[in-house]
Amino acid sequence: MTEPPGTTVSLADAPSADAPSKPLTAQRVQPLRRPGRWIVTLVVLVLVAQFIHGLATNPFYQWSRFGYWFLRPTILDGLVITLEVAALSAVLGLLGGILLALARLSKSPVLRAASWTYVWALRSIPLIVVLIFLYNFSALYQTLSIGVPFGPAFFSFDESKLATDMAVAVLGLSLNEAAYAAEVVRGGILSVDQGQHEAASALGLPKGYQFRKIVFPQALRSITPNYVNQLIGLIKSTSLVFYVSLLDLFGSAQTMGSTYPGDIVPLLLVVTVWYLILTSVVSVIQFYVERHYARGATRSLPPTPIQKLRTGVTDLRARIRREAAV
Amino acid sequence: MSTHTIEPLAEITPAAVEVHDVHKWYGAHRVLDGVDLTVRPGEVTVILGPSGSGKSTLLRVINHLEKPEIGYVSVNGELIGVKQQGGRLKELSERAILAQRSRIGFVFQNFNLFPHLTVLDNVAAAPVATGRLGKPEALELARELLGRVGLAEKTGAYPRQLSGGQQQRVAIARALALRPGVILFDEPTSALDPELVGEVLAVIKDLATSGTTLVIVTHEIGFAREVADRVVFIDGGKIVEQGPPHEVLDKPQHERTRDFLSKVL
Repeated sequence: MTEPPGTTVSLADAPSADAPSKPLTAQRVQPLRRPGRWIVTLVVLVLVAQFIHGLATNPFYQWSRFGYWFLRPTILDGLVITLEVAALSAVLGLLGGILLALARLSKSPVLRAASWTYVWALRSIPLIVVLIFLYNFSALYQTLSIGVPFGPAFFSFDESKLATDMAVAVLGLSLNEAAYAAEVVRGGILSVDQGQHEAASALGLPKGYQFRKIVFPQALRSITPNYVNQLIGLIKSTSLVFYVSLLDLFGSAQTMGSTYPGDIVPLLLVVTVWYLILTSVVSVIQFYVERHYARGATRSLPPTPIQKLRTGVTDLRARIRREAAV
Repeated sequence: MSTHTIEPLAEITPAAVEVHDVHKWYGAHRVLDGVDLTVRPGEVTVILGPSGSGKSTLLRVINHLEKPEIGYVSVNGELIGVKQQGGRLKELSERAILAQRSRIGFVFQNFNLFPHLTVLDNVAAAPVATGRLGKPEALELARELLGRVGLAEKTGAYPRQLSGGQQQRVAIARALALRPGVILFDEPTSALDPELVGEVLAVIKDLATSGTTLVIVTHEIGFAREVADRVVFIDGGKIVEQGPPHEVLDKPQHERTRDFLSKVL
């Protein structure tokens, strides 16, 4: 019979270890040592260092050209287009999404079916197809008119005048965005407790007020993180507007790349860094928006990074003072 | 004029609440099976009954949170949720129903305060939204009402920062802000820890003695004995018996009432 060595040792040692123990006093518990954690940290640090070393020293990246391009007017013009398209589509998409969600949740079967069909269709068609479709729209329909189907028209527009590249890009992205936003908003509205609807209608609050002041603000708490996710997707999708001949951030870099083929890699790095910056800005805004709508939902609000830093510094100071005293 | 002199009382001062032959069913399940109930102005009515007996549904029919399949309800002489047109009852528009509800207070078992608004805004919201008061007047009223339920200190707090008993007292102040003719309470203390029940009952009792018409669904038999002018026992969607508390609670006439009381007392 082979006994595991650990068992015998502990059995023999246990009483003798306990015997001379001093009476327990209230004291700080010694934290558990975690050697595995140190090893993992070391491995990760080495990998990160290697990656940074590669980025910095590999001549392939041409960092001097990166510096040259990063703030060039062509790139900045592209950035402005990207921002405009993204901002307009984000707002129009959200508004469309709210309307679609309300239609989907309404009591009218026609509105429900229409909303469902829209979301189904627009989520099925790739965005690039929607964009190119719209781009060629003026060829399909020379004039756009509002009137009775098959009957007289009340208003008509000359399509080619209306459809600038910008309008096509914003329209395409908004149509696509609205379909996804509709589901995000619908989920948010459904997440609001049924008791809230009941309380609002028992008080006789007007229907519009119930939605604007009671239901929607509470829905925003779950809408915000999901919609920001959408929004980040949208910012990157704006790079597709290059295919409807709009020179956004990616488009300008692409054009410059074909003029200066040697600079393609630094140009792609410029684009990458700008998209990283945009996404980071959105994430910071998300934190504060979520914090705003968390009022009342949690007993106390999560601290802002500045508040965290401040408490961190005071804690550290207190600790140093304590250690010094001992 | 002369034809009305024989039974004038009901015409001159209409009942605060009148439930007339109300039937309500969900699919094949009959929740209310021909309920008649009259509550006089200033009266405190307590509705008792086993769970699933239809007592909460009856309360929700009164402010039209539930539509009766047959029958009608009137509050202070006004038909609720319907209008009479050539001898037929027609459904009112949603807007009209909401306006009627704002004249009937309702207090929920789970408080249902608006968590994203401060206590003060919870109370002030309805008078402003329904266009009865300007914002400053509504806030003034809200402060006064919160003082009345003993929460003058808590105006800036959010509902989730309060205890259950405090939340329910805010909910009562919120109902009072619309100066309703009738207040309906749906098991107002059932979601509370035992030690918090008393503070809520004290507020309701204060309302009862001030002459407000109250209809209360509750399991607090002792409270019913103390404040009720009338106790109504309901079972299987029907009113089994009703009368002053000393009769219904101490000398129940029906087997089912005796059976229920022996279980809860």
